Amino acid sequence: MAAENRPVSPHLQIYRFMWTMALSILHRITGVFLTIGTIFLVYWLVSVAAGPTAYATAQELIASWPGRLLLFGWTLAFWYHFCNGLRHLFWDAGQGLDLGAARLSGYLAVAAAVLLTLLTWYAAYATHGGVL
Amino acid sequence: MADFRLPKNSRIKKGETHKTEGDSDKVKRFHVYRYDPDSGENPRMDTYEVNMEECGPMVLDAIIKIKNEMDPGLTFRRSCREGICGSCAMNIDGVNTLACTKGCDEIKGDVKIYPLPHMDVVKDLVTDMTHFYAQLASVEPWLKTDTPAPPNQERLQSKEDRAKLDGLYECILCACCQTSCPSYWWNGDRYLGPAVLLQAYRWIVDSRDEATGERLDDLEDPFKIYRCHTIMNCTMACPKGLNPAKAIVETKKLLAERKH
Repeated sequence: MAAENRPVSPHLQIYRFMWTMALSILHRITGVFLTIGTIFLVYWLVSVAAGPTAYATAQELIASWPGRLLLFGWTLAFWYHFCNGLRHLFWDAGQGLDLGAARLSGYLAVAAAVLLTLLTWYAAYATHGGVL
Repeated sequence: MADFRLPKNSRIKKGETHKTEGDSDKVKRFHVYRYDPDSGENPRMDTYEVNMEECGPMVLDAIIKIKNEMDPGLTFRRSCREGICGSCAMNIDGVNTLACTKGCDEIKGDVKIYPLPHMDVVKDLVTDMTHFYAQLASVEPWLKTDTPAPPNQERLQSKEDRAKLDGLYECILCACCQTSCPSYWWNGDRYLGPAVLLQAYRWIVDSRDEATGERLDDLEDPFKIYRCHTIMNCTMACPKGLNPAKAIVETKKLLAERKH
């Protein structure tokens, strides 16, 4: 029998997309997104050092609609990664690993991330009057 | 490296439909993964209509009925039919479980049955478990001692020490958790996987075992245990209600603590 030609059984294609893997892959995706975000943070810092013209261009870019949308995305990614990171810290200490607790903490992390993102943006608009 | 797509020879084609007579509202449709190693053709999904009035309650009853009455070629492993041998582990309705303890009425609509995910398929629902068993053997899942056994009695254990094995010794090695784990899908060659790590922990916490240090040394590796990212698909899948994710965390804790 040609054992080397055996097919691989389907995996991602057929496995039910459950909260366990959804929250986990979201953690990975937000982590990657945040890493890309740090490049833009560096760009912003460099623009500060490069003088008023460069800084004005950077500010204009950030204040534009796509700029704000990306910033909003990064805020959400940051808060989810942060909250879910706390969840991982508790797990690594051996806490909250029962299915019920893990499910609850997962939903709490998502809810907290959304809430904290809205709070952050509310605070930003309240203190800066909508103009960055 | 993770390969999210199935290789060309593994992509699933449409198969045949085996119809059945009877009341249409009593008929349940079973879509079953088929692969015939002799034909050289790609795997396919065959559909079987089963009259549930004449069928036992479990998914295993249904596929035995299909094999007996509709398609004797259908191949799967089964033995005890009561959730203790672990033979009939397969992917039912998107989740790994035992066909013998999964009720057909737990599944709304059609039933989809695949072999355990991301494994080499021998035939139909039978996967090659060689690598899994080799990984299990690698953690040496037996009592290891240096001191001789006391004369005329067993190696005794306090009730508290014995209680540490609860939730571990019940594992039947069906590999439902092992093959539900995305980390194991992508890194199964070097990552030991939840079932094997639960077994490793079962011997690490056994008060009678005298090789705890060596066992931990063996796991101190970037891949063997640390590919676990606490996704918890394993705990979701376990048909015995065990918690491999917790066993892995406890092992990681022991690895971290002994560094101080």
